[in-house]
Amino acid sequence: MPAVLSEPLFSPAAGAVSSALAVEALSLSFGGVTALSEVSFAVAPGEIRAVIGPNGAGKSSLLNVVSGLYRPDRGRVWLGGHSFASVPTDRLATLGVSRTFQNLALFKGLSVLDNVAAGLSHRLRAGVFAQVIGLPAARRERAEGYARAEELLAFLHLDGVRDRPAGTLPYGMQKRVELARALVARPRLLLLDEPMAGMTLTEKRDLSGHIRAARDDLGTTIVLIEHDVGVVMGLSDRIAVLDYGRLIADGTPDEIRNDPVVIDAYLGVAHDLEAGEGI
Amino acid sequence: MTDLALAKATASPARRFSPALPGIGLLLVVAYGILPLVANEYLFDAILTPFLALALAGLGLNILTGYAGQVSLGSSAFMAVGAYAAYNLALRLPGVPFMIDILLAGVVAAAVGLLFGLPSLRLRGFYLAVSTLAAQFFVQWVFNKVGWFSNNSPSGIVSVPTLSVVGITLDSSAGRYLFALTVVTAVTLAVWRLVESPTGRALVALRDHETAARVIGIPVLRVKLLAFAVSSFIIGVAGVLWAFAYLRTVEPAGFNLDRSFQILFIVIIGGLASLRGAFLGAALIVVFPLLLARLGEALLGGLFDSGVLEMSQRIVLGLLIVTFLITEPAGLTALLDRAWNRIAGRFRRTGLPITG
Ligand SMILES: Nc1ncnc2c1ncn2[C@@H]1O[C@H](COP(=O)(O)OP(=O)(O)O)[C@@H](O)[C@H]1O
Ligand SMILES: [Mg+2]
Repeated sequence: MPAVLSEPLFSPAAGAVSSALAVEALSLSFGGVTALSEVSFAVAPGEIRAVIGPNGAGKSSLLNVVSGLYRPDRGRVWLGGHSFASVPTDRLATLGVSRTFQNLALFKGLSVLDNVAAGLSHRLRAGVFAQVIGLPAARRERAEGYARAEELLAFLHLDGVRDRPAGTLPYGMQKRVELARALVARPRLLLLDEPMAGMTLTEKRDLSGHIRAARDDLGTTIVLIEHDVGVVMGLSDRIAVLDYGRLIADGTPDEIRNDPVVIDAYLGVAHDLEAGEGI
Repeated sequence: MTDLALAKATASPARRFSPALPGIGLLLVVAYGILPLVANEYLFDAILTPFLALALAGLGLNILTGYAGQVSLGSSAFMAVGAYAAYNLALRLPGVPFMIDILLAGVVAAAVGLLFGLPSLRLRGFYLAVSTLAAQFFVQWVFNKVGWFSNNSPSGIVSVPTLSVVGITLDSSAGRYLFALTVVTAVTLAVWRLVESPTGRALVALRDHETAARVIGIPVLRVKLLAFAVSSFIIGVAGVLWAFAYLRTVEPAGFNLDRSFQILFIVIIGGLASLRGAFLGAALIVVFPLLLARLGEALLGGLFDSGVLEMSQRIVLGLLIVTFLITEPAGLTALLDRAWNRIAGRFRRTGLPITG
């Protein structure tokens, strides 16, 4: 057992309730493929937590379980003091959880502004009649939504493309629109599945800044899947490492960097990176 | 490429000012002020009134298919439900004003649409299309079999009572046209408000990425059923116009699968997720056979009989649809936008001011 795993990872009852997110002995398989196997860890409020691991390690499956898109075979998910055998996706936003997807998941035909404003959908109270007729409450709600969305566009430097159909933007910008849509609701917990994939170095640096700002300014807890080890080491407070669906390490960047098991399973290939990108 | 074209055609930014507004005002002036003075009965009865009814049906289907992304081949069934509901309401509740009958007919069509929309909660794409086809056949079968709906008329064809609104009898071609125009204008205004509202945004969100829509808290099931209900309501009202303002009869055969396809073609040719598209598509579908008939007569004379006409209509229409699907999936709306941008661009270069 590596050093970082020898201390108790997780004490279900007490730890889970005070955490922003905790998963407890999650297991999930697809046919014969094990995506997750007995995965347990907890994320403290205000923490930036990275999840790393080779392709197919189960990282996306983990976020999909946490957001209720996958139902685990066994185990529980704790979100803000509630415990779920299967997270109700329809209530996710109300629980204060937002996410982005590994593959772009924008509403291509809507403008950038409408995409971001849609991130507030769970707060809408006005019925369809009130909206069509234009009752004051409906108008106020709509105007407030757009105002909030505009703030987010400014925050992520997207104001220049506010009226463009999201599907017509370059890839990196679409990724940012998705982040804006996830942030507009001021989530307590933000799940990001490879938000920097396909970005240039400058774009990655910018986005890292935005993610840190979201935590520092808004107090958002962030769980982040990312392959760029350099980015991960610089950005996260703690790192969880998955391999073949198992959690093989969970610790601070320094602990992870020096963990022989992790180096063996994952970072081994990153020795070049260490030289090249200066972890 | 295709996605991009679709995205361009369907973006609905929060507009502060719509450049289309002066154009719409002009259209209304022509439709209300000029056409009733200059048009003859043929223009009203053969072109304008059926155009309005079909445009409204296209508008209704566009909400479901263009905006919410749910394919339907049952439009004609919902038109039939609207038409028969209005007929029976007028027949059996003679004291009720016709405007109320229309609303209620729309509500009945919405209820039936909701029922046949339930499979959409489980099915999508091709399978959903097939299940709406079931609506088409079932509804037509019911109106054929159950004599009560057509007041036990032996032929199954019934004449509808003369249109009469707030005491004014709309007997003439112009009167029926103006009635249809008013209904279509009012519904279009409401639909425009709807697609610009957060609910309209939710429809498109559902179409473009259902999972993301669920994650951000859009009540996906509710919005899907709403799309079916609103769409069927509008198509039902279109059915009322078709029967009361255009044909002045109701019969099941008028609401067959051909009609459902016709409405789908209107939406595809005109442009998915575009209000203008429904009107452009309907205009083309109504005017095109008449033009083809004239052209055929001029070119081939007596050889161009009704059989040849019917066949050539189908062939040309088929080609047209395939051409649109391949080259311009965003429809006539996108073609017009491009043409307009080119003209506007030329004016801009020559320094002339652009308005509207
Ligand atoms: N919906 C699914 N159906 C079948 N297999 C899946 C599904 N989602 C994930 N898997 C499998 O689970 C394993 C973990 O995948 P994933 O969680 O996407 O890994 P990662 O995000 O770490 O690359 C892979 O073997 C993958 O093929
Ligand atoms: Mg993944």
